[in-house]
Amino acid sequence: MVKQNSPGSCRNRNALLSRRTTNLLSKTYMAFIFLFLYLPIFVLIVLSFNDSKTRVEWGGFTLKWYVECFQSETIMSAFATTLQITLISAVISTIIGTMAAMGISKMKRKSRTFYLGATNIPLLNADIVTGISMMLLFVKFIDLGFVTVLIAHITFSIPYVILNVLPKLKAANHSTYEAALDLGATPLYAFYKVTWPEIRSGVFSGFLMAVTMSLDDFSITYFTKGAGVNTLSTMLYTELRKGIKPELYALSTILFFTVLILLLAVNYHPSKKTPSRAKEDFV
Amino acid sequence: MKKKIIASGLISALAIACLSACNQGGQTQEQQSRGNTLTVLNYGKYIDEDALRQFENETGIDVKYEEYESPEEMYTKYKAGAIDYDVICTSEYIIQKLISEGEVLEQDYAALENYGNLDKDILDLAKSYDPNNTYTVPYFYGTLGICYDTTKVTEEEASSWDCLWDKSHANEIIMMNSVRDSFVPALKKLEYSLNTTDEAKLQEALALLDEQFPIVYAYFVDEIGDEMISGNAHVALVYSGEAAYAMDYNEDLAYCVPKEGSNLWIDSWFIPKTCKNEEAALKFIDFLCREDIGMANFDYVYYASPLTPVVEALDEEIRSNEAIIPSKESLEKCEVFTAISDEAAAYLNHLWQVLKSQL
Amino acid sequence: MNRIKQQFLAGPYLVWIIGFILLPLAMILYYAFFNEDGTFTLDNIASIADPVNLKAMGLSLELGVICTLICLLLAYPLAMILNNLHIKNQSFVVFVFMLPMWMNFMLRILAWKLLLNKNGVLNTILLSLGMERITILNTPAAVVFGMVYDYLPFMILPIYNAMARIKKDYIEAAHDLGANNFTVFFKIIVPLTVSGIISGIVMVFVPALTSFAISELLGGGKVLLIGNIIEESFMQGMQWNIGSGLSFVLMVFVMISMAITNAFDKDGEGGTAVW
Repeated sequence: MVKQNSPGSCRNRNALLSRRTTNLLSKTYMAFIFLFLYLPIFVLIVLSFNDSKTRVEWGGFTLKWYVECFQSETIMSAFATTLQITLISAVISTIIGTMAAMGISKMKRKSRTFYLGATNIPLLNADIVTGISMMLLFVKFIDLGFVTVLIAHITFSIPYVILNVLPKLKAANHSTYEAALDLGATPLYAFYKVTWPEIRSGVFSGFLMAVTMSLDDFSITYFTKGAGVNTLSTMLYTELRKGIKPELYALSTILFFTVLILLLAVNYHPSKKTPSRAKEDFV
Repeated sequence: MKKKIIASGLISALAIACLSACNQGGQTQEQQSRGNTLTVLNYGKYIDEDALRQFENETGIDVKYEEYESPEEMYTKYKAGAIDYDVICTSEYIIQKLISEGEVLEQDYAALENYGNLDKDILDLAKSYDPNNTYTVPYFYGTLGICYDTTKVTEEEASSWDCLWDKSHANEIIMMNSVRDSFVPALKKLEYSLNTTDEAKLQEALALLDEQFPIVYAYFVDEIGDEMISGNAHVALVYSGEAAYAMDYNEDLAYCVPKEGSNLWIDSWFIPKTCKNEEAALKFIDFLCREDIGMANFDYVYYASPLTPVVEALDEEIRSNEAIIPSKESLEKCEVFTAISDEAAAYLNHLWQVLKSQL
Repeated sequence: MNRIKQQFLAGPYLVWIIGFILLPLAMILYYAFFNEDGTFTLDNIASIADPVNLKAMGLSLELGVICTLICLLLAYPLAMILNNLHIKNQSFVVFVFMLPMWMNFMLRILAWKLLLNKNGVLNTILLSLGMERITILNTPAAVVFGMVYDYLPFMILPIYNAMARIKKDYIEAAHDLGANNFTVFFKIIVPLTVSGIISGIVMVFVPALTSFAISELLGGGKVLLIGNIIEESFMQGMQWNIGSGLSFVLMVFVMISMAITNAFDKDGEGGTAVW
């Protein structure tokens, strides 16, 4: 117990000195990675206030790109579509995924293997292959459009929900649920009172994962989208290939700060870090 | 407490999203039943977006607008059949191919209110792929040429395709990321027709492009203008209007059609077989032929407009700009693309991939 | 009784699996193994042997491996440092390093484009320092840069999580038993983080191997990866059968690489085990 609280305290002076060097090295290294990650974003933010269209040189401070960003039909409609797709797909996949996880947890080995195997397909398959396979299917039966993108997003989001909820169900105490039923609770009531509190954090982090994945997806949307339907990712892909558009720098800045604020809010929620942690649990 | 706030925030965001989605869905359904959406497929950066909005406002027709980069991409998008397009704009050789495949609807375009605005000469030129002018309506035309930085390249140098092979410009050359356009300089240097399908000749052209590959900075399409403005290259193979746009922002730039000859292209609108709303499609084409809309689009894209009133309204300075309105001489040394067979197209495409997989 | 009933909750998901996971895969297999006229063929699969496709596949593997290695080399020390931070706000610091992951993927690429541009920020700085300008954009190096930037957080996270799970007692005990830092690192820390490393490798390598957007935007049309070939065969070339054949090959490659990495995972903590 004592040792745990005083790591390295009994080492001699030499060690203390080397600890200081290591400390300095660590700090430098962290700063280096930090710079690598944030320098590009910083450049975007600075350029979003730059009053010169095509050159990277500084042409004075302006807010006009923000105005243009909000006035641009292309950007705004892509933004709206992204929000709709993300939220609707996250909710539907959370519902289907949670139900599926509850079903799977009660299954015998054989069917469980089948379900988990199928769940792993969209996770492990390359995005481009998933996107193409869905496009091949959709083209045969329905017109590509908003709905096809939504279906695709739900499909690749469900596994994240399942993999977040299953461990919670496994850890949950099964007899309490049975006991509640024996004591005359309806299954729904028993679920709400007994199971739900135990899996809630898993469902919540599954939902957040679904949102994250849906927001960041490009390849699958690219292959399943129809005319005039664009999420931010596909809109940006088209726009980036058309040349420089400072409105996009403004958009980046807005998105960066929105994400920062949202994540700070979510991060101070009791189930913090779970979304990120869950991420590595399935591979 | 915090949890509740977050939860209620999420729920309300979701409600808004659902509502707007339902709203959108309802609208489109309603409009579809009234037959009032129009699915348009066009090149990237090829229409003034405000004009699109104006069309929506004036007619109440909801436009679903989709863009593509190369004619081959458009052909695939159309042929895939995943989306039913109502009206499409593309290059002459693809249109010729689609007409021969029976994919294009014949229309009485001459009856359109603003059809009289179209230049007779251009309509005659379009007869090479549309003999009676019943399949298409010309949108813009232009040439393929060299945009160069006058501080780095002399006019003399730029008057020949050779400057695209000049090693002193290594890493300062931009080529087109489009199969047939990229073959133009090579074929013209070899004095072959742009429409040759002779495999030996195409191989010769490929050898030239192969030789050029290491000194090429990049293969772009719609980015070229901005790259030239930023001074990222000395010379670039571009469409005339893209050069005109760049010259507007950077005084050092100039455009010329090399003496060996080049490509003259005409992009036109047509109504494909998949069209579900012919009336709206015709209205759209008519709208684009209107003088004020033609002017707005010209201001945006900077290619030569086939609309006589638009050209007449331009300053003499703009009219004499080679990058905007091709001169008689350059038209004479230019050749128009014609459709090539599927096999030839596949072969060309293969050569193109061979070229680009050198790294 | 209840057990059976509760299993039905997975019903909607079963429908979803069949309709939107298995059926699409069947479609890809159909297109890959049958000609346009419906006869069985292996030509589409064999098209990977075409020099162009083979070269693209080779380049994709090469860039994928380089990107994964760089990510690993960058992420591992960082994860260690983050784990050893003895400050109050450790989770906040970790959060700072994860934040760029939530920025849109395309915007992150745009940012690099601006940095690496010929007259971009990096070269402006270099020139003002009196150094030569460097041309990175439109070369495979730029594509690797973009990939590393995009996928680095996916490597940091699993390794960091694996490290956070190592009990400090183990390290203390090892030190007390006379092990030096090197021994501790190779005998305790590395073995205990293997599952995290594996997760990280898979999460970086697969998207790097199969990406097409990064090479399209940062490669200037000069870097042709297998993802670009597949994308072109669907979106430009009208060769769905060949595209499906190549997709199938890619799928097999992904599975093989996953099997190889999992073979290194002795305790089976990584792998596809969820429980």
